[in-house]
Amino acid sequence: MLAIKNIECKLGPEKKTILSDVSIDFSAGEFVAITGENGSGKSTLAKIIMGLIKPTSGKIFLGEKDITDLSISERAQLGVVYAFQTPVRFKGVTVASLLQVAATGEDVLDGKFDGKNAKFLEQVGLDPKEYLTREVNASLSGGELKRIEIASVFARASSAKILIFDEPEAGIDMWSLDNLLDSLKELKKTYRESTIIVISHNAKILEMADRTIVLSHGRVKD
Amino acid sequence: MELDEIEKQVLKTVAGIDGIPEGAYNFRVNGKSISRSSSENIDVKIRPDKKGLEIFISGKTRNEAVHIPVIISKTGLKEVVYNDFYIEDGADVTIVAGCGIYNCGAKKSVHNGVHTFHVGNNCKVKYIEKHYGMGAGAGKILNPKTEVFVKDDSSVELELEQIKGVDSTERITTVELGARSDVIVHEKTFSEGRQTVNSEINVSVNGDDSRVDIVSRAVARDKSKQKFSSNIIGNSKCRGHSECDAILMDEAQVLAVPSLDARNLDAELIHEAAIGKIAGEQIEKLMTLGLYEEQAVAQIINGFLA
Ligand SMILES: Nc1ncnc2c1ncn2[C@@H]1O[C@H](COP(=O)(O)OP(=O)(O)OP(=O)(O)O)[C@@H](O)[C@H]1O
Ligand SMILES: [Mg+2]
Repeated sequence: MLAIKNIECKLGPEKKTILSDVSIDFSAGEFVAITGENGSGKSTLAKIIMGLIKPTSGKIFLGEKDITDLSISERAQLGVVYAFQTPVRFKGVTVASLLQVAATGEDVLDGKFDGKNAKFLEQVGLDPKEYLTREVNASLSGGELKRIEIASVFARASSAKILIFDEPEAGIDMWSLDNLLDSLKELKKTYRESTIIVISHNAKILEMADRTIVLSHGRVKD
Repeated sequence: MELDEIEKQVLKTVAGIDGIPEGAYNFRVNGKSISRSSSENIDVKIRPDKKGLEIFISGKTRNEAVHIPVIISKTGLKEVVYNDFYIEDGADVTIVAGCGIYNCGAKKSVHNGVHTFHVGNNCKVKYIEKHYGMGAGAGKILNPKTEVFVKDDSSVELELEQIKGVDSTERITTVELGARSDVIVHEKTFSEGRQTVNSEINVSVNGDDSRVDIVSRAVARDKSKQKFSSNIIGNSKCRGHSECDAILMDEAQVLAVPSLDARNLDAELIHEAAIGKIAGEQIEKLMTLGLYEEQAVAQIINGFLA
């Protein structure tokens, strides 16, 4: 489904090597966990798959298609989606419009929202009445923001093939972690053909996965 | 009352109505009052000097709106209009003004609207004014001057918006506030091309326990220029807050000149200003959800000024 081949990534003014010779094949329907110490390159790898960072060399294939040179938007339209480790704060984008954009892939300029999107908030344990009209800005707590970020990826799930979650457990209180795990399981069950990649340090998430890949100093550990 | 398709579109944009609204109204089209109506509580009259309107709003008014849209579709029309509002103690009213210029001719069209509000005690007043320009013509110029005198225990909300297409604007808003009253001024301005916006908002708080909140949001694109000056004078025990938040794009310029003038030991005044481009990661996040870059930018701007 998704194949990354010999990815090398150097970043920063000193061209520090962040990833070297990373090759991984992900199959359709697979739930893969990626773990590894802080700074090992997990988020960088996810951003390279999404197109947020350009690799120095290497190739990425979605099915048969070489997507290495495609833009973020083009990849999104082909079914790649990424829940950021550190979610973006906006001015001028409400929770409702974020979810609507995610669900439709279209802009919403007329302020008309589809009530069906409320369910994505419920899936992350937020009350739609309270959150839909709020701006995705600094007034949200870290945990609320993280949940909304995850909800935006859930909203996209029906049209996505590759769903990447970057430490979804981070900032989520321990009482809600089980609900998050349930939602991920539900996602896997509903979209059997999709590949779910979860970057995580959490034992329960690693247990759920079909397999776990460990990154260390920018390389895949055998 | 006959309006053509373009005039109807302008009316919808600036006043949110498709035709004659319920209740009191005055339609001014190309320099003339073409249709006018009063209601039981709201009396809409032509000023004795014929240079505008006198609108009397009785204290019995509850939840009622008065619409006074202005449409200019003739190129080269220049006008100064004076509208005076007398709002009696206890009235609760929404006033919807707004001016749309459609100019596809070679001459400048200018509308200078001077609105004066005399707000009594215990009133609740909302004033909505939207400005909009259309057509490829020479100049669409709107210079609103808004003066609001508020007595005690009243609450006033001004929603001032420049939607699009206005080539040049000089906006002056002045509020004088009595005791235990509050005023909220929300201003939104969008500029592109070589458009210029110059906005000045002055609020003097003269009575104790009053509050003022000025929130301005601006988007400046291309080579447009915007200047926003706010001035809060605290002559009494009061609270004041002003905030200027602007998105800057391309080669535009935004200048925020806040001023806080406390003349009473118990005046608490705060100002915040933030000007900057749209953060790259905001655009990228929307792109990960399937939008193209231009769509992402439009989404953010649209929401910012919503
Ligand atoms: N733009 C950049 N310029 C220079 N170095 C960078 C840049 N982006 C990331 N890095 C470095 O690359 C390394 C990998 O970062 P990355 O965010 O991928 O780690 P991670 O495995 O996701 O860590 P964590 O578990 O803390 O989230 C880190 O040492 C980081 O400092
Ligand atoms: Mg990371």
